[in-house]
Amino acid sequence: MNQLLSQFSDEVRATLAKYPTDQKRSAVMPLLHLAQSRNGYITKQSLADIAEILNISVTDVTSIVGFYTLYHEEGGRYHIQVCTDLPCALRGADDFLAKLCENLGIKVGETTPDGLVTIEEVTCLAGCHRAPMFQLQGDGEITYHENQTIESALKLVDGLKQSAAAKEEKP
Amino acid sequence: MSEYVLLRHRDVPHIDQLEVYRQHDGFEAFRKAVTTMQPADVTNEVKASGLRGRGGAGFPTGVKWSFLPDNLWPHYVVANADESEPGTFKDREIMESDPFQFLEGLMIASYAVQANAAYIYLRGEFWQIAAGLDRRIAELEQAGLLGENLFGTSYSLHVYTHLGAGAYICGEESALLESLEGKLGQPRLRPPFPAVNGLYGKPTVINNVETLTNLPPILHKGAAWYKTIGTEKSPGVKIFCLSGNVNNPGNYELPLGTTFRHLIYDLGGGIPDGKQIKAIMPAGASSFVIPADDKALDTPMDYESVPALGAQLGSASVIILDESVNMARVLSKTVHFFKHESCGKCTPCREGTYWMDHITQRIIGGKARPEDIDLLEAVAKQIQGKCLCPLGEFSISAVLSSVKPFRQDFEELLAHESVENAVTR
Repeated sequence: MNQLLSQFSDEVRATLAKYPTDQKRSAVMPLLHLAQSRNGYITKQSLADIAEILNISVTDVTSIVGFYTLYHEEGGRYHIQVCTDLPCALRGADDFLAKLCENLGIKVGETTPDGLVTIEEVTCLAGCHRAPMFQLQGDGEITYHENQTIESALKLVDGLKQSAAAKEEKP
Repeated sequence: MSEYVLLRHRDVPHIDQLEVYRQHDGFEAFRKAVTTMQPADVTNEVKASGLRGRGGAGFPTGVKWSFLPDNLWPHYVVANADESEPGTFKDREIMESDPFQFLEGLMIASYAVQANAAYIYLRGEFWQIAAGLDRRIAELEQAGLLGENLFGTSYSLHVYTHLGAGAYICGEESALLESLEGKLGQPRLRPPFPAVNGLYGKPTVINNVETLTNLPPILHKGAAWYKTIGTEKSPGVKIFCLSGNVNNPGNYELPLGTTFRHLIYDLGGGIPDGKQIKAIMPAGASSFVIPADDKALDTPMDYESVPALGAQLGSASVIILDESVNMARVLSKTVHFFKHESCGKCTPCREGTYWMDHITQRIIGGKARPEDIDLLEAVAKQIQGKCLCPLGEFSISAVLSSVKPFRQDFEELLAHESVENAVTR
């Protein structure tokens, strides 16, 4: 049973329609994005589902996951990814990242004990003029948060915790 | 200050809505091309404008199009929206604030080479921008500006977005094609070039977002008008991304040939906290480092004058470094970036960036030996000229151009144990 196909049949069909019929493999990256939108990382089942849809090997699909940094095989539900490349560093990004981690009581690359937020250091996000900045990856979306302070970032984390708690309460 | 060309809609409210864009002559250039011009005429007009690729290489755009053979079909056009060079954030502004102008440019390029399908390859982080473009593409199909038999002619065109997933290397055009085909983003051996053997083995044009955005004004007002802007060899306008130690970072559209001084001091508001400027990196992390003396500051920013300083204009991502910045720490950032982004295909790049990262970390950690400075240069020289794509070369530009003029920065760290902050002293 192909779970990805049954859950997202319209999206899978629309994605495949973008490419020539004999070039289905082109859909591997969009389908991985789709699979990851379910719970923030890519499961073994999704790898098999995508391989089956595209008629390529699971190894081929897995190699794509390993090569590109936006795909995750584990981690928290949300990824806060702070850019510390040169232009951002010149505007205090290293300091920002260190203080953010200190406040959350975790190290770079670690996840908060509730499994909700992973803090990561990433390369350039094209937001150099509005550093410190980070992207928030989760729920199948990526949003940019620019001109950040520790206060604004911690507020965002609190908001994520509250909305996650609210979702838990609903059946 | 001359009038804006690419950013001329910056102050027009709701220019991202089709109706408003059409009120400002939107899609008239595309209509003119499809209904009154032969494809070759469009190519010739763009050749005559002297437009050069804005992604970094600066290759003449019309000439690039003319390489596509007319006995091999289908043709494809791919917009390179993988904007990933540290210090670059111009394509993002174009696609966010004036998406139809970019789409019209892509459509004009597609008509010129008679492509019936065009792809926009966006870096995965531009998820929201891609969603916005998808909405606009659907609107264009509704309005009959995309789809079958456009304007009653036999020409048909469909445009699709494709999201990458975080890999700088996919900005290199052959790696981009591999990625679009669903493979690892690793560069191809060239020749054959994409113009002959590109996407799915078919003739393919790959143009940067900013390059494509130049096309509607060029077709609308003509090549002769475009050539009046900029310099003789570098005509037209360029969006300069100003970042780093400067008061007003941001995107500035200027005629090519404007001086660094005008950008940094008149528009950028100079250096914060009354500090002095130390160096300029005009092409992001891939830059050669230019010591910022008067001669450099008065150099025109164009494709001829910047190389005369021993650097490149590239994508014009101008990073400013002030006097408090230590160059060894700058290298620790740029080298780390390239080590992270090396695709691993060529040994000199894969291993060389790894070792340069080790050495620079040792230097900024106060654990280096005096001979490590020369070792860093030696490793860089062993990468030089030995890789398939430019990433390896990019990784050493800053290294080779900063060790000599700023050797003191490296030496003063040899004795220090602690690192207060990653970039400044």
